[in-house]
Amino acid sequence: MSTHAWEVAATVVDPELPMLTLADLGVLREVTTDGDAVVVAITPTYSGCPAMATMRDDLVHRLRQEGYDDVRVTVALDPPWTTDWITEDGRSALADAGISPPGPAPRRDGPVALQLTPTRRAVRCPRCASDDVALTSEFGSTACKAMYRCRACLEPFDHVKEI
Amino acid sequence: MTIHTHQPDDHESAYDGLLVNDQHWAFGTDFEDPLAGVDTTVPVGVDATELASYCLALGDDALVLSHRLAEWCSRAPDLEEDIALANIALDLLGQARLLLARAAAADPSVVPALPEGSPVPDEDRLAFFRDAADFRNVPLAELPNGDFAETICRVLVFATYRLALFERLSTHADAVLRAVAAKGVKELAYHRDFAGRWFLTLAGGTEESRRRLEAGLAHVWAHRHELGADADAEAVLAHVFATAGVAAPDVQPAAVEGHTEHLAPLLAEMQSVARAHPMGLW
Repeated sequence: MSTHAWEVAATVVDPELPMLTLADLGVLREVTTDGDAVVVAITPTYSGCPAMATMRDDLVHRLRQEGYDDVRVTVALDPPWTTDWITEDGRSALADAGISPPGPAPRRDGPVALQLTPTRRAVRCPRCASDDVALTSEFGSTACKAMYRCRACLEPFDHVKEI
Repeated sequence: MTIHTHQPDDHESAYDGLLVNDQHWAFGTDFEDPLAGVDTTVPVGVDATELASYCLALGDDALVLSHRLAEWCSRAPDLEEDIALANIALDLLGQARLLLARAAAADPSVVPALPEGSPVPDEDRLAFFRDAADFRNVPLAELPNGDFAETICRVLVFATYRLALFERLSTHADAVLRAVAAKGVKELAYHRDFAGRWFLTLAGGTEESRRRLEAGLAHVWAHRHELGADADAEAVLAHVFATAGVAAPDVQPAAVEGHTEHLAPLLAEMQSVARAHPMGLW
């Protein structure tokens, strides 16, 4: 049963990045059963992620539509979400929607290194594929995105920043 | 009067979840429990009272500074910095929520009592129904923002110390605090680097930007001791200062008993709506 329940849960999309399913985003961690109940574990992208309630409501709604009357959504905090969990399908979907997908998350060995110059990323404009792009801000329309602009086609675009 | 039955999946209309009945007239449908399903058993060998007190202190630091940073909304020098400061505030608010929830689960006696049947969750009771004297935050977090340069200095110092601390907390005996800290590390790294870059920009900008930076840093530096001695954080700040060509200020540590006079007005604004609706569902 949890396999089917997983398949249903995996169709629910992110409320702020609706081109991505929660599974593609790596937010959907586990779907298990507890007696007759389906227990879905999700993890926040950022501590203050305001989309968690909508994700929960959407999961409960979709699973109920499929006949799972007793659905519990729990929070998994450990290990913390990383952009490395975004699937290949998810990355393609982001790029198709004009959002630059993240590169590999930084690997740390020892203290987090201070970085006083703009983060160098191999980012291409999702519209014209030019690599002549400039970072506008490390903080964008949602907690998980940075803002870039393309110097070739002059369009601004979002980049999902690596964490 | 129409009674709406609130179901968790009632969000086809943006207004559906907002009405339970006329006594619960507002406030959305946020995740009821930020630690839903998380095992909050205090591990053997950890004192629950101390753990709760520690989480409250860390949570209050984040909550109060988050509120100060949110005051920049629509007032920052440009749109990008406005959004950046709001993003940082949101990260800190999320950390605060998790930490206050963890404190409440570890020691329920820290949570203020509300009228019987109030649906206000524990972390909101802690945030909105305690008075200034019960807050455990460092005075540094509650000081007025000052100008943009002073705000940058405070974010730099605060995020640098908090990041160093959270990195060490990744080995704490309490699994919940450990997980909250591990998540926070990723966020604080962005906060620290953002402030560090602005620090260099303002130091190397105009005479006026440098004057404001040094004045702001002097204000913040007088409260640095509140964050405790931390060789890792001090080394990072020394590197930023050296890169910017700015000397660490030579200022007397500010002597604050408890809190400054600035906390109570901040809380009055932050808490007034919640306190007017102790039976409200947020």
